[in-house]
Amino acid sequence: MTYAAKNLTTDGRELIAFRVGAQEFCVNIMSVREIRGWTPATPMPHAPSYVLGVINLRGAVLPIVDLSARLGMTPADPTVRHVIIVAQVKSQVVGLLVDAVSDILTITNDKIQPTPDVVSSEFEKSFARGVLAIEGRMICLIELEAIFPQEEREAA
Amino acid sequence: MDMNEIKEIFFQECEEQLAELESGLLKLNDGDRDPETVNAVFRAVHSIKGGAGAFGLDDLVSFAHVFETTLDCVRSNRLDPGPEVLKVMLKSADVLADLTNAARDGGSVDEARSRQLIKELEALANGEVPQASAAPVEVVAKPVAAVAAPPVNEEGFQPVAFSFDDFEAAEEPPLMETPTYEIVFRPKSDLYAKGNEATLLLRDLSRLGDMSIHCDMEALPTLDRLSPESAYFFWKIQLATDKGEDAIRAVFEFAEWDCDLEISLASDEAASSDEELPMQPVPFDLSILDDEPAVSVGVVEEEEQLASQQLGNAAVSVAGTASNVLQMAQSAARAPAEKAAPAASAAAQGAAGQQAAASAATPTIRVDLDRVDRLINLVGELVINQAMLSQSVVENDTNGTSSINMGLEELQQLTREIQDSVMAIRAQPVKPVFQRMSRIVREIADMTGKSVRLITEGENTEVDKTVIDKLAEPLTHMIRNAVDHGLETPEKRLAAGKSAEGTVRLTAKHRSGRIVIELADDGAGINREKVRQKAIDNDLIAADANLSDEEIDNLIFHAGFSTADKISDISGRGVGMDVVKRSIQALGGRINISSKPGHGSVFTMSLPLTLAVLDGMVVTVANQTLVVPLTAIVETLQPEASAIHSFGANQRLISIRNSFCPLVDVGRILNFRAIQANPVEGVALLVESEGGGQRALMVDAIQGQRQVVIKSLEANYTHVPGIAAATILGDGRVALILDVDAIVAASRGQSLKPEMSLAAVG
Repeated sequence: MTYAAKNLTTDGRELIAFRVGAQEFCVNIMSVREIRGWTPATPMPHAPSYVLGVINLRGAVLPIVDLSARLGMTPADPTVRHVIIVAQVKSQVVGLLVDAVSDILTITNDKIQPTPDVVSSEFEKSFARGVLAIEGRMICLIELEAIFPQEEREAA
Repeated sequence: MDMNEIKEIFFQECEEQLAELESGLLKLNDGDRDPETVNAVFRAVHSIKGGAGAFGLDDLVSFAHVFETTLDCVRSNRLDPGPEVLKVMLKSADVLADLTNAARDGGSVDEARSRQLIKELEALANGEVPQASAAPVEVVAKPVAAVAAPPVNEEGFQPVAFSFDDFEAAEEPPLMETPTYEIVFRPKSDLYAKGNEATLLLRDLSRLGDMSIHCDMEALPTLDRLSPESAYFFWKIQLATDKGEDAIRAVFEFAEWDCDLEISLASDEAASSDEELPMQPVPFDLSILDDEPAVSVGVVEEEEQLASQQLGNAAVSVAGTASNVLQMAQSAARAPAEKAAPAASAAAQGAAGQQAAASAATPTIRVDLDRVDRLINLVGELVINQAMLSQSVVENDTNGTSSINMGLEELQQLTREIQDSVMAIRAQPVKPVFQRMSRIVREIADMTGKSVRLITEGENTEVDKTVIDKLAEPLTHMIRNAVDHGLETPEKRLAAGKSAEGTVRLTAKHRSGRIVIELADDGAGINREKVRQKAIDNDLIAADANLSDEEIDNLIFHAGFSTADKISDISGRGVGMDVVKRSIQALGGRINISSKPGHGSVFTMSLPLTLAVLDGMVVTVANQTLVVPLTAIVETLQPEASAIHSFGANQRLISIRNSFCPLVDVGRILNFRAIQANPVEGVALLVESEGGGQRALMVDAIQGQRQVVIKSLEANYTHVPGIAAATILGDGRVALILDVDAIVAASRGQSLKPEMSLAAVG
């Protein structure tokens, strides 16, 4: 774990960084409700491949999305070591399956560099909000609402 | 509590009063002549008027007032509530409901209609009643009230004229035909403390009829012991009125908690014991009150002088001296005052107690629906947790410790009981919805010029509030359709040998854990040729399609289908029956139609009693646990190889008692497996779908039956075709609840899509 420089200026914000495969991503901490361990999900019929199924979150039915598959990488093979980030996306709550939560970052907006234009697909452009250089690592800031656009979820 | 909250309560009460009003009027319409029914109707309108007056809702007040006036004529038997009168009254009830709604939501009302009805009501109240006395009490009272409002001094006390001297009765009271009530009105100091005024109450009382009053001052102490804020006087009143005891009580409505009130019918024997009275009652004319100067209660001597002075002025009619005082009060007066007072008050308390008991028949409270819902959610969690606990105990408890098992069993029963009780809180009779329908029938009958009679049965059938709330809309559509399309015009009915008046019958009943609502009309039935032609015209079916009668009937549930020749205001916009079907399905219900040409149609809706729990069969399909609603399952069977017959490329049929039923592999339909399972290794669930057709659903194994709590999939995910909802099983995992109708539809070759195409219907 790395100690991130705490820079508590007025435009500072907190992010949760997590690892998916070999890459690191982060999301706004305000959208994260809780982090919990993996429990086997009930598969849903006719679901997109990245939807692993639904689990019981204290009485609510919570869909689990394999973030790796969703971002176009190798689908994950969930084990007990995997972690579910329970996040609020618009009015719904979803569980994101990631390999591990790595850090909580407090950064200022000027630390966020624009996404390099090497990314080719429109999809990646739509969700990547920028990159952060933290102690030699590159962390990609992603927008959850772009990953789960409402229309697509409804069509799913 | 701010004004808006109070207003909200008023409107809630209005709704109840309106329901009461309508049901009362309908009872009268059915020939009920019970005075209590008339009174109930009158009270309902009166309460609305009173409340509306308090909030300054003038439109409501003025309409309610005219309505009340006419009802008063009925109440006093001056107007016979015949069918024509009741028709106007039912319409008035509708307008009253509209006005109430408009007052709450700020909408507008059909003013022409309400003006028209006011005229009709007034005509009923005046025109059909010969005596001049037909004018309502309120109207007569008004000018009096304007003149009579007496000046109230700072102490808030108005003197009542009386005399300490013996007073001889000049003549016997005239024989009265109207019943005479004897009232003992004993105010407590609280009455004055709350700003009530005994004089005003007495004056109101005097408007009910001929009245004489005696003021009893036995309890008045000497001046040095007198407390200026206490009440020492009480009044014995004799009142000849035909308004009844209720009217008398109504006068004291706001004061009844702060006084002892005894009301009884006078008996003639009271007259004979007149001489024994230590003090003669003084009859007096209340009108003198208005001219008299205000006098403070404390100054007794002054009062005495004033009293004799007043007696001189007052136009004293000495009628009614004899039976002026209650017999009980007479004997009490002979006894020492100390003893008399408790006896009288005890009697008064007894009377008050009886009254309280009568009004406390069914105590109810208002609870926010949110609170109930929260409770239901928590109980749902409790049920799941209890199941989880039981399961883990069973798994870990190898030697079967009986005490734990017994405790768990009891816990299970308790949770079941709690769940049932909580569900019962939400359960409401369908009556309010049914009552709304009678209004809709009236309106449409008016618009179409048809004569319709609505018969409702099973109004007290209880069902969950959410179901009731969602029932109104489809039911409205269906009633409109039944009257507009179903029933013929009176001429056609007579020509067909039926009575001119059409009948629509709305029935609710419980059947095997569901509520079944039937809507039957005795109209012409579905014109199958017309429906078929229309379907062909609209490209819904092929011109040479071979459809059964049932399939043609069901075409009317298809979107954009309306056979009305001309688009009417009422129905025929093509958004009728498909909307109905969809909303019923959304409730987890089914709708069917059966029709006999010339004899009418019957729509049958079957709905779950609650949307929160469901009895299901837990099954295994491709290693997944699924729940099949028990209501859909007709029977379960273990197929034998000899009973399975291949049909076409990949269809298979199972023969059950010599009939063939298509076999549907649930695992394949839901894409849980790529190839069809071997039927012999699984279990077949024979299900009946909405179209009436049977299918055998193949599952791998049956785990058992269980009541499950329904959890929404849509809240965090999306609608999944073939899946109705989710639930959480004892092991804490989510299990999916099968949408049997969608699965059956899918097996007919449709893809599993939420939007059903026509073939699913036909």
